[in-house]
Amino acid sequence: MRAGSGAGAATRARPSSSTPAAAGRFVLRDLRKNFGRNAVLRGIDLTIEAGTIVALMGANGAGKSTLVKIIAGVHDASAGQMLCDGRQYRPTSPSDALRAGIVIVHQAINDNVVLDMDLLENLLIDEICQGRSMFFRRSAMAEKAREMARRVGLDIPLNRRVADISLADRQLVAIARALSHDPKLLILDEPTSALSDAEAERLFGVLEALRDRGVATLYISHRMSDIRRLASRVLTLRDGQITGDFAAPIDYSAAVHGMLGRSLGAAEIEPKPAGASVLSLRGLQTGPRVPPIDLDIHEGQVTAIVGLVGAGKSELAECIYGVRQPTAGTMRLDGKDYVPASPIRAVRSGIFMAAEDRGGGSIVGDFDVTRNITLPFLGAFTAATFLRRGAERRHARRSIEDLAIVTPGETAPIGALSGGNQQKVVLARWLTGKARLLILDEPFQGVDIAARQDIGRKLRRTADGRATLLLFADPDEAIEIADRIVVLNNGAVVADLSDPPFDRQMIVSSLSQSHDRRHAA
Amino acid sequence: MTDATQPELDAARTEQRDAHHDGGGVTAAIVRYGLLGLLAAMIMFFTLMEPAFLSVRNLVIVLQSVSIVAILALGVTCTLVVGGFDLSIGAVAATSLMASSYVMVVFGGGTVEAVAACIALGLLVGLANGLLIVKLRVPDLLATLGMMFLLLGLQLVPTAGRSIARGMTLPDGSTADGSFTNAFLALGRYRLFDIVPISVVVMIALAILISVFLGLTRYGRVMYAIGSNAQAARLAGAAVEKYRIAAYMISGVCAAIGGILLAARVGRGDVSSGNSLLLDAVAAALIGFAVLGSGRPNAVGTAIGALFVGLLLNGLTMMNAPYYTQDFIKGAVLVVALMFTFGLSARTR
Repeated sequence: MRAGSGAGAATRARPSSSTPAAAGRFVLRDLRKNFGRNAVLRGIDLTIEAGTIVALMGANGAGKSTLVKIIAGVHDASAGQMLCDGRQYRPTSPSDALRAGIVIVHQAINDNVVLDMDLLENLLIDEICQGRSMFFRRSAMAEKAREMARRVGLDIPLNRRVADISLADRQLVAIARALSHDPKLLILDEPTSALSDAEAERLFGVLEALRDRGVATLYISHRMSDIRRLASRVLTLRDGQITGDFAAPIDYSAAVHGMLGRSLGAAEIEPKPAGASVLSLRGLQTGPRVPPIDLDIHEGQVTAIVGLVGAGKSELAECIYGVRQPTAGTMRLDGKDYVPASPIRAVRSGIFMAAEDRGGGSIVGDFDVTRNITLPFLGAFTAATFLRRGAERRHARRSIEDLAIVTPGETAPIGALSGGNQQKVVLARWLTGKARLLILDEPFQGVDIAARQDIGRKLRRTADGRATLLLFADPDEAIEIADRIVVLNNGAVVADLSDPPFDRQMIVSSLSQSHDRRHAA
Repeated sequence: MTDATQPELDAARTEQRDAHHDGGGVTAAIVRYGLLGLLAAMIMFFTLMEPAFLSVRNLVIVLQSVSIVAILALGVTCTLVVGGFDLSIGAVAATSLMASSYVMVVFGGGTVEAVAACIALGLLVGLANGLLIVKLRVPDLLATLGMMFLLLGLQLVPTAGRSIARGMTLPDGSTADGSFTNAFLALGRYRLFDIVPISVVVMIALAILISVFLGLTRYGRVMYAIGSNAQAARLAGAAVEKYRIAAYMISGVCAAIGGILLAARVGRGDVSSGNSLLLDAVAAALIGFAVLGSGRPNAVGTAIGALFVGLLLNGLTMMNAPYYTQDFIKGAVLVVALMFTFGLSARTR
């Protein structure tokens, strides 16, 4: 058996030779994948037993997505074996995977749904694509769809177009579909990144019920709280190898160490005093039935707004950035009236924003890293209307070095970078110009802890001379980086804390308090 | 298959399939240089078969035959860059041809008036297309298809469907007494240095202008950003709507220029001229995607795409291929080019 021999001494995964092939529900043996000369997976051995939830942690670029794509039949493995219930498993397409009972919920939420179809059609899309009947009888299918929706607690009319529902609900649609296949192995890639706590809890309940019925689950996440809540075993992946395998009781700090190859220091924040008010909002209402907000955002500080999905954070940011028009209230920028009709005006005024949806709202897929960085500030790289490509590339190289962006080079296509590194590119973009106010909506979404620290450090180091506004759903992410935390619920400011260290308990309770109130109302 | 060789074979297979990931390998080379290689091979083949093929005289004929199509194609390239499409270019060219004739023959206008009227027409149609698409959110194909029909019909109205020539009878019974000015006709007949027709000069100038604009200026960069991810461009502070409208106006002007040159070449307001311009221009722009493996609309590619088709048809004609095979050949070239662009280069997932 070759298992483990080429994978290096760090491999602690159970050698598959010691157990008969049939022991695990799903077994990988010395799985390898090269893209050209670049070895992305360097011998993965792992076994997932039926009726367990195994968490897989790995930094961006560790090879998680590649591993998932191989199991899903999207990529072909370069070498190695996969066994499902003791039988050779070698998918050549995603439908092979489905037939084998392997169901995957991908990280990119919109990859899992058809935006132009309604909820019912999305839930039953497999029936539509692969069903035997020539006609699709909606009325006959409605009951099945309702049952699927009920299972994940999706409470929306079945004829609603998926394009019109929230990201969280789209995620639930994908999960509902996955469950309807009666999976043997369920793979979830960052399933809670767009979910509120209540929605995540609902998902966890479903996953536990499945576990009890014998389904094996591979749960890929950066969220320690999810992993603590669910996993009975944690695997860590680094540089294309399994670097740790932790059974209960799980040593979480060792797991983080296994993932990063180093320990994390506690977040040390040297609080910065509030400078002058850069942006002041008075009675600002982002929608007709949303409570008015009064808020000042100060220079030199990193202000975090924490709120659950639907609390109105993104809507607020969109009003400030001119994407959405407020229904009432005023904004003043450095004491002067500020009425942005569009992002063009916002950018000219020195207000920059990176939207929550990185793929749809920030990244230009056809562009290389350099072009993605310089896009809003082409004027600075222009001489007599002609672009100075050399200056652009020099700037990009500096950014790459500065933010430790992992990329083959400044002219690499942006798609070649992992999610966390794409996020760094977005940050580099908005650090190119001189900001008065920098807004980042969920800057740590899909970003591993190491990249998160790089981004956090860079943001704090450059915070002088501008106001920084970050939006988070996760209070821990805010605590890690902010000088001031504003808690938003149901559109209203319920807490405003400005002395780190922050009282996590209080933040969490004000978040959930708002939730209770909403349900009571 | 033994246990030892299977992984190696797999590795080799995957290596081949993934060769484009690191920019090396045979596939990458084919994607990048395939079409240019084909072009070179074609030129060599025709030259061997028919030495006159590579003569200056013949090359000028080829350039002249593709010049108007290429001008239209350069315009449509701009709309492709912003992620749109302009189906009205052929109709704009035809209308421009009729309009210039009408201005001179019926109104007795001069060269400047005729040309200015056509350019204004192109700008106006482009603006209308852009507003329909941007402000009223009509999908680009539908908006420009509607505009195409509208214009094809409109150009027939003033003359009740007849071609325009000196001495023609107008619908109201009077006789048109104007004529094409000599200066206007010179646009179609004068040759720079006694060899290069004006239409070729205009084509080359526009090709350089548009490729510089798209490739080297910030405006072109923003247009490519819009075509790739309009929302990201908007959130980066780009005036997406204005750029979109501008792209359709560029396309309209290019088509109008094509119409002017066609009118000057034909020398009369011929209703049926310009019928095949749309499809030929679109084909040239799409073939252009495959040049140097760019996979995207680009002005240099578009010009080469037009030239490619022109050389091929010219060579085949010299070798006595019948005229009715022309569309078949154009189609074959387009399909091969699209294979280069999408089948080979866009397989990355």
